[in-house]
Parts: sequence; structure tokens; C-alpha cells
Amino acid sequence: MLGSRYARVALFLAAVVAVQLLAHAAEKPFFLTQLTMAAYYTLVAAGLSLLMGYAGQISLGHAAFFAIGGYASGYLTTVDLTARREGPLVAVLARLHVLVPHADLYGGEALSFHPWAAFAVAVVLTLAVAWLIGVPVLKLKGHYLAMATLGFGTIVYSILLASESLGAADGLGSVPPFPLLPGISVGGGRAARVANYYVAWGLVALALLVLSSLVESRVGRALRAIHGAEDAAASMGVDVARYKLKTFVLSAVLAAVGGSFLTHFNAGIGPAEAGVMKSVRYVAIVAVGGMGSLWGTVATSAVLTFLSLRGYFGTLDDAVFGAVLIAVMLFSPDGVLRFDPRGALRTARDRLRGSGVAG
Amino acid sequence: MQLELVLQYLVAGLTYGTIYAVVGVGFNIIYNTTGIINFAQGEFVMLGGMTAVTLHRFVPLPLAIAGAVAVTMAAGALVEATCIRWLEKPSVLRMIIITIGVSILIRELALVSWGESVRALPYFTGNEVSSLTLGGVHVSPQVLWSLATCVLIVVFLWFFFQHTSLGRQMRACAANRDAAALCGIATKNLVTLSFVLSAGIGALAGCVVSPITYTAYNIGTGLAIKGFTVAILGGLGSSMGAVGAGFLVGVLEAFSVSLMPAAYKDAISVAVLLAILFLRPSGLFGSGAAARLKTA
Repeated sequence: MLGSRYARVALFLAAVVAVQLLAHAAEKPFFLTQLTMAAYYTLVAAGLSLLMGYAGQISLGHAAFFAIGGYASGYLTTVDLTARREGPLVAVLARLHVLVPHADLYGGEALSFHPWAAFAVAVVLTLAVAWLIGVPVLKLKGHYLAMATLGFGTIVYSILLASESLGAADGLGSVPPFPLLPGISVGGGRAARVANYYVAWGLVALALLVLSSLVESRVGRALRAIHGAEDAAASMGVDVARYKLKTFVLSAVLAAVGGSFLTHFNAGIGPAEAGVMKSVRYVAIVAVGGMGSLWGTVATSAVLTFLSLRGYFGTLDDAVFGAVLIAVMLFSPDGVLRFDPRGALRTARDRLRGSGVAG
Repeated sequence: MQLELVLQYLVAGLTYGTIYAVVGVGFNIIYNTTGIINFAQGEFVMLGGMTAVTLHRFVPLPLAIAGAVAVTMAAGALVEATCIRWLEKPSVLRMIIITIGVSILIRELALVSWGESVRALPYFTGNEVSSLTLGGVHVSPQVLWSLATCVLIVVFLWFFFQHTSLGRQMRACAANRDAAALCGIATKNLVTLSFVLSAGIGALAGCVVSPITYTAYNIGTGLAIKGFTVAILGGLGSSMGAVGAGFLVGVLEAFSVSLMPAAYKDAISVAVLLAILFLRPSGLFGSGAAARLKTA
């Protein structure tokens, strides 16, 4: 088990390298920009895959967590605290280098949070919000859980849209790069394209390693038991509520990490990231990849998100996701990778025969 | 606040409440026969309004509305026939995702065919400025049209479910689908009928309120959330409850505008939804039986 997990991650990393070399050989290095963005969206999908596929809980609000992470990072790294320099808290934070001076849009000097500090705040904030929302919401099932998370998503979206300090409909801009390690920073620019590509997919590999070891552990077995039969799992001593909540919070934090990194990479974020359609896309990706299949979800997410970001679907972008969603759920509810054409044909034939007798 | 202002807000709330009530009733009709919450319910309202606006270019208003209702009913039947009918005991998660997919497809089709512009039917009687004065409050005649339509829909549904054979069959199907099938009731056709019915009343309401609330390709999701709130608040499955809850949510929203920025108006109904789900899942008027389905 242990060997196969590392082998898979190694295979995954090999694929990542292969794609980069392919893009280089095909002289399409600009593809890497969309592939990098796709990686950050893939983090959301991977977390959601754990929640939907293993714990069996739907969330139509994960775009909101992505946006909370992104906005927290974006806001804290661009807000100017120079005017409050004399305040005790600001002074201490500046002394600790949590606040750093940088050049603002107009060439003047601004005092804002260091990206690492902002990132920490983004993660903690998302953790807190997910926890607060998760405790009551995860008591709900099925339709009610779907609507409640959808409602949460729309609240976050309308708050972002209405908040002047968060840029309202324009969102946040001129977010500085994230100096991850000396020499490597997450941000735009042609020179750093390859490095950013590897940072993004390296992060995905790390997340996959954590998630797949979780899935193959005691926790994963408990989650599968919850999905299969909640009451039975509870009667066997599985603390259902706690496992659900932890999975929910973990997937929310993964979404926030993706949001935070992408905001630095794109140097900005807009309220559309929190939109209902975004949440539905993540659900669609998990559905296509096969619920409960982390690797399928990652593959689907990489392909679909890349195609969408490159604009191959044109104005039908959302419609494609809708159609794919319906088709997969109708014909192969376990994901396209587990599509069984002979079984589908057999059922279709039985149906036709059955309805012929009834009609 | 002056009394007149309060009454004015009340009237505005009732107008919006009409549409929430009808969407809530639409949820109930389908839920009762199938146990499915149709996430595309709001799209039926949009489809009705938009189709009527287009038809009105060629035919007089009553015909345009009748045509729009017919088209939307056909769309409802199509959705059921292609996506619901032939599935054998699908899981709830699967049904949620399918109806969400349907709602996106309808919305995107509307975007392609009608564009992003906001549309409205003309006022049925009078125009934007004409108003009746009732007890010191200025009421647009269109508000009375909406309220009357809502009453008409409820009375029709009551008559249909209580006093027609088809309605009784649908109630039997709601109570126990297998038993109904054993009694020779064609349950699958009744499911189609429930989609047709629910699409039809949604479209009708969409036409009647469109002069006041306007319609655009993307109003569906918001309406679905509010309609669902209303259905839960009124007790899932209860049409009368949904109507009462619809007016309640509409009025709450209208008054919220006087207290906080209009941008937060939409958050009100979601807050109500969450509060109800957590505190009293059976709804204000509902029984405990339905509530057991929702929580562990």
C-alpha cells in the first residue's frame, strides 16, 4: 500500500515534468500559465473529492472558501497601514517584520502584511469559517446540505460584491508576488513561468500525498463507512459528526490555499471566484473524475480547467460543464474512468424492453 | 416609520412574495411525487418570462403568456423524460447534481438565445406610473394581478389535488409510490405530470411579475434558493405553508432594504434558510415527519 502511494505520486510528478517538456518542445510555453492556474483550482477539486467521494457530503459552496483565502491574502498584502504606524499593534507587527514596507501603485511607500503572514491569516480565517459553518450545516443531509452550502456561497459572493474595501465588482488588484523560498516567488512574469508551474503542481503533489495517505488510513476507512451507511458506521463506534467536520474543514483549507496562491500568481482576484457557477464546476470535476477517485479528479481537473482557461469552449464554457455534469451522472455516475459500456447497453436494452411491455 | 411607508414596503414585499411562493409550491409538487428537489425550478420561472417577452412581439399579450406557459411545460416534460424517468432508484446526490446540470444548461441556452439584457412584459393594465390608491397606499395594478394569479394557482391546485382523479392519483403516489403502482396507477407518468405542472405554474408566475421585477437569463439560482427557503419555512410538502412563507420572506426582504444596504437583501432569505434548517427543520407550519429526512 505504502509503496503504491509513493509510486503513484512519483508517476504523477513524472507526468508533470513530461507536460512541461512537451509544452517546451511544442514551443507553446504560454500554456504553462494556464496549467499553473489549473493546478490551484485542482487543489479545490482534490479536497472536494475527499468530501464528496469518501465522506459522501456535497458542498456547493467551495468557491467561497477559495475566495476567502484569495481575498484574505490579497487584501492583507495590499492594505496600507502607514497611517496607523504609531498604533501599538501596528508598531509591534512592523518590528516583527510581519508588516513590510513596499512600493505602492503610485511609487510611494506602503506598509502591508508580508505574504507569509497574510497566507497564515488566510488559512486560519478559512479554518475558523469552515468550522463555524460546518458544525451546523453538516447535521443536514442530501438536498438540505446542498441548499445550505449553496446559500453560504451566495452570501459570501454578495458580501464581496457589496464591500467597497474589497474592491466591490472590480475585486483586488496589484497583489505583490509571494516570496515562497529565497529565489522562488509565486507571481506573474514570463521569466518565472516554469518555476511557478513546478511550484503549483508540486503543491498539488504534496496535497495528493497527504490526501491519499489519509484515504488509506483509519480515517479513510471511517469515511467510506460513513458514505456507505451512516447509521451503521455510527453504531460501530465511528464518530460520524467529527469525521465529516474534519473532512469539510480540510477541504476548505485546501481551497483557501489554492485561492491564496492563485491570487498572488494572478496579482489579483475578483468576486466571480466566489460565484455559484465556480462551485458547481468543482462539483462537476469531481463527478466526472469519479467520486472517491482522487487521481481521476486530478486528471479531470487538469484537463477540463486547462481547456476552459484557454477558452476552447468559447461562450459555451458554462454550458459545457453543465452538459458534462448531466451526461456523466446519467450514464456513468461513478465517473468516466469507470464507465462500463456493456453494462450501460444492457440496462438500456432492459429498459426499452421493460417500457415496451408496460406501454 | 410612518404608517404609509410601512404599508408601501408591505405591498412591495407581497409582490416579491408571490413569486417566491409559487416557486416554493413548484418545489413541493415535484418533491411530493418524487422525493426530488428540482434545482432547476427557478429556471422555469425565467423561461416563462423570457419566452412570453419574445412571443409578445408577434401575438397579443394573453396569447403570448399562454404560449410561454405551454413552452415551459414542454420543457418540464422534456427534462423529466430525458433526465429523470429512466433512472432506477437514483441516489439523492445523483439527482441533486443532475438537476443542477439541467439548471445550468437552461440558463446557458437562455443566455445564447436572449443575451444578457434584462427584459419585461408590458403592464397588463395601465403602465409604470398608473396606481390605485387603497387606504392611502399607492398600489400598481400589476401587484393586484400578481396576487390574484397566486390565489388562482393555489385554488386550482387545491381543486386539482382534492377533487380530480388525476390529483388523487398523484397524492397516492406521494404517500406510497409502490402501493400506488400496485393499484394500477402509472406512477412514471405522474412524475412527468408533476414536472409539467410545476413548470407551468412557475412560468405563469414568471410572466405576471415580470413587469415589476423584470427577468433576465440568470435569475433562476436566486429564485431557487428563495423558493427552497420558502418551501422549508412552510414545511416541505405543504402548499399553503409555502404561500404563507413566501409572503413572509418577501415582506422581510422588503423591510430589510430600509435597514441595510440593498446589496445585502439577498442574504436575508439565505440567513432565514440557514436559521430554519438549524433551529426548526420541520418549518414553521410543518410536522416532524418531514424533518427526520433532513438531519441525522
